[in-house]
Amino acid sequence: MTLRRITLRRITLRHCMALCCCLFGLFSLPSFAVESTSLDPLLADLAEAKISKMVPILDKIEKASDETVLPLFRTLLNGNLYYIKSTKQVVGQFDANGDTFYKDVFTGQANPTLTKRDVKKIRVNNTLRGYLRNAIARIQLTSKNPSVRESAVRELLSKLDDDTIGILERLYPNETNKKVKHAMGLALAMNTASQTKLAVSNRIAAIDTLADSLENDVRNLLTTLSNDENPAIQSASNAALDTIAQRANRFAFVDQLFFGLSLGSVLLLASIGLAITFGVMGVINMAHGEMIMLGAYTTYVVQLIMPNYIDYSIWVAIPAAFLVSGLMGVLIERLVIRHLHGRPLETLLATFGISLILQQLVRTIFSPLNRQVSTPSWMSGSWEINPVLSLTLNRLYILAFALFVFMALVIILKKTSLGLNVRAVSQNRNMAKAMGVKTNWVDAMTFGLGSGIAGIAGVALSQLTNVGPNLGQAYIIDSFMVVVFGGVGNLLGTLVAAFTLGIATKFLEPTTGAVLAAIIVLVFIILFIQKRPKGLFPQKGRAAE
Amino acid sequence: MTRLMKYFSEGRTSGKHTLPFVVILLGVTILASAANLFLPADSALYVSTYTITLLGKYLCYAMLALAVDIIWGYCGILSLGHGAFFALGGYAMGMYLMRQIGDRGVYGNPLLPDFMVFLDWKELPWFWLGMDHFWFAMLMAVVVPGLLAFVFGWLAFRSRVTGVYLSIMTQALTYALLLAFFRNEMGFGGNNGLTDFKEILGFSLQADSTRVGLFLITAILLAVIFVVSQKILSSRLGKVVLAIRDSESRSRFIGYRTDRYKVWLFVYSAVIAGIAGALYVPQVGIINPGEFSPINSIEMVIWVAVGGRGTLIGAVIGALLVNYAKTRFTAIMPDAWLFALGAMFVLVTLYLPKGLMGLYGQLMSKRRTANNSNNTEESQA
Repeated sequence: MTLRRITLRRITLRHCMALCCCLFGLFSLPSFAVESTSLDPLLADLAEAKISKMVPILDKIEKASDETVLPLFRTLLNGNLYYIKSTKQVVGQFDANGDTFYKDVFTGQANPTLTKRDVKKIRVNNTLRGYLRNAIARIQLTSKNPSVRESAVRELLSKLDDDTIGILERLYPNETNKKVKHAMGLALAMNTASQTKLAVSNRIAAIDTLADSLENDVRNLLTTLSNDENPAIQSASNAALDTIAQRANRFAFVDQLFFGLSLGSVLLLASIGLAITFGVMGVINMAHGEMIMLGAYTTYVVQLIMPNYIDYSIWVAIPAAFLVSGLMGVLIERLVIRHLHGRPLETLLATFGISLILQQLVRTIFSPLNRQVSTPSWMSGSWEINPVLSLTLNRLYILAFALFVFMALVIILKKTSLGLNVRAVSQNRNMAKAMGVKTNWVDAMTFGLGSGIAGIAGVALSQLTNVGPNLGQAYIIDSFMVVVFGGVGNLLGTLVAAFTLGIATKFLEPTTGAVLAAIIVLVFIILFIQKRPKGLFPQKGRAAE
Repeated sequence: MTRLMKYFSEGRTSGKHTLPFVVILLGVTILASAANLFLPADSALYVSTYTITLLGKYLCYAMLALAVDIIWGYCGILSLGHGAFFALGGYAMGMYLMRQIGDRGVYGNPLLPDFMVFLDWKELPWFWLGMDHFWFAMLMAVVVPGLLAFVFGWLAFRSRVTGVYLSIMTQALTYALLLAFFRNEMGFGGNNGLTDFKEILGFSLQADSTRVGLFLITAILLAVIFVVSQKILSSRLGKVVLAIRDSESRSRFIGYRTDRYKVWLFVYSAVIAGIAGALYVPQVGIINPGEFSPINSIEMVIWVAVGGRGTLIGAVIGALLVNYAKTRFTAIMPDAWLFALGAMFVLVTLYLPKGLMGLYGQLMSKRRTANNSNNTEESQA
């Protein structure tokens, strides 16, 4: 189980597995043909052996074989290994569409004729599982793929025994890959450091090398060693622990920064549409949060429609959400907002009414309960940079996506004729109208664009939080803060404000707690507005007021 | 009549409304109270205690609407944070009522309210001191909202934060308080707020007579506040306030310190909201952070908008009507209420910018012009 979880979480490892499987597919057939002779009797033994007698047999299998035996061990570890009663041949069980099938463990070929009656399960217990995990790691140590080897070494750090050390000592001098060699060195140094029989100077040298590492196991070992009988060892391990703690703190800082950037990107997505409508039309769209919500629900519906293609659903959901929210925005503009032109406080009230209606609509259609949106597999997992720093992929993607949307919007506003008209209207509505700009059309398009981007933000948010009728409300006040802080109608200001607030919140949180951090940020903005009522980057010249 | 019309078209209430309003308000209050106290429960004219409490609640809302109207309708400052002042007043009253429970709480602790015992607190936080005195608690019910309004208004109006920015800031203010009051560490009962009250000034809160008493006091205070506000707004100060609403920069150029007028009007309005909150809590029997939620503050604005902003009477009528509608709607079709409220926001802003009072004014002026053209002599006579 642990192994599976780790393979899932370590993206690099996962990719390597895939690669491995391909390699395996290419090489397994001839190599298996050679080995089958020596392996077959062992497998037959395994099928008949009692659970207590299995370790020696597995040992022999391990010695007699190489990487090709990995699928067998993995199947056994997961408790899916069976043998055919008549032939004593081992097979793996797998489920597809609710039915149970059996396949050859080595070739992966399904054997459709087998039924439950023909086979018997090979049982495993915890001792066996522990052994299997080590065995798998040991086999992987000789893998052709360096990153498989590396993760195998790291896997072994917590359970170094004499056997493994022996293997590592044998492999270390010949290892060519730097990373693997480093990891192996680490394992050997851990071993040296903990050997009380060795000379103190050797152990201290080993401890000093360990100071470079951020592995948990290394830290545990050093903590144990800091209570060693020998004072020299004690001080050396304490010094090493200090060095490690300093480095870990640096990475914790990076981690926090990443979370801040991630929150900032969410704020950016949520507020950028607001910045456009507010800046160009002077309209406070209180229903903006509900546009986000509609986008999130669109994602949900798209996934309902294509349940077997979750990985691709997001590529459908993004344009769909843009359209749904955008059209809703155009509708609202045509029906309500254009009648309230130049009266921002009234638009605030009317759009608030619209937000209530939309929330209740969603509640009536989808129920008031939160809906679960699944994350495409390529977005889940995390990028492990080192043992203390791993960045979740979905946040990383959303950060990139937010920046992409921002760039796209800047390009639309700078390079397209719509952008030209929008800028003209935002600077001087009457003049633009006199020059022949269809301000009505520009208004509707602007509002549609702003709402559509809110919809896209909803797609992104659906990957981070629950999708429910109150989704929009949770972000609306924050979005307003961002827009006000950055300076209305200023995209760059919105960008800077979103990331500033995001990072500030995440850096406050560890010391103050989430709620107090939110309050401090709000109070800060309230005070900031006193000093700069028009935000960070106020509009200048005639355009202002 | 012509003058009245003129006032309406300028969005100002004439003092002529004051007397009828006070008479009707107090008359209805006294009649309802008497019907509750002196008629037998099976009488056709009997008013149940539930209704009395409901009416009392509506009057608190009317007072709150008055507060919003004074600042929005007369000075053009759309505050989306009046829920905060209301709730702060309510919390002051709640703290007093909490202290009156004494050792009758679930844990029977004579000094600490139940939620503090539950959180294993050993002594009363400093801000709870003195709250067992009624006069002190009532002082706090007006001082705390007033002070908050003063600090906020002083900062905001002095640096000329106006319009939409101000609305968003006030909303952020109440949102920040919402987050703060949800915290258990704040010492205000966290999520659950303050409840399980037993008595006020020695009178049981469950007794009919106490309920009627609270209702009467609310009505009287509403009448007093109405009259005082009317006086203030029709005085010279009120005219400056209107001038600020219509063109702040011109008023400033003429030489008025507009920010000071705005600050003091804001404080006055916040104090009224605080009083409304303090009266509200003993009648509904609970105060919790939900009162700070931004939607509450925005709902108040719609009461005023429906009734007609810039007319005190409109604010009261709006609050009563919308809340009555809410009571009915949420009883018949709970799901439809948000649709109705949302539609009200949209339709009123689109079609009734001056609310029901504006509509009434329009109808009256139509009738008058019709009368004028039909029999000119009669109307001149």
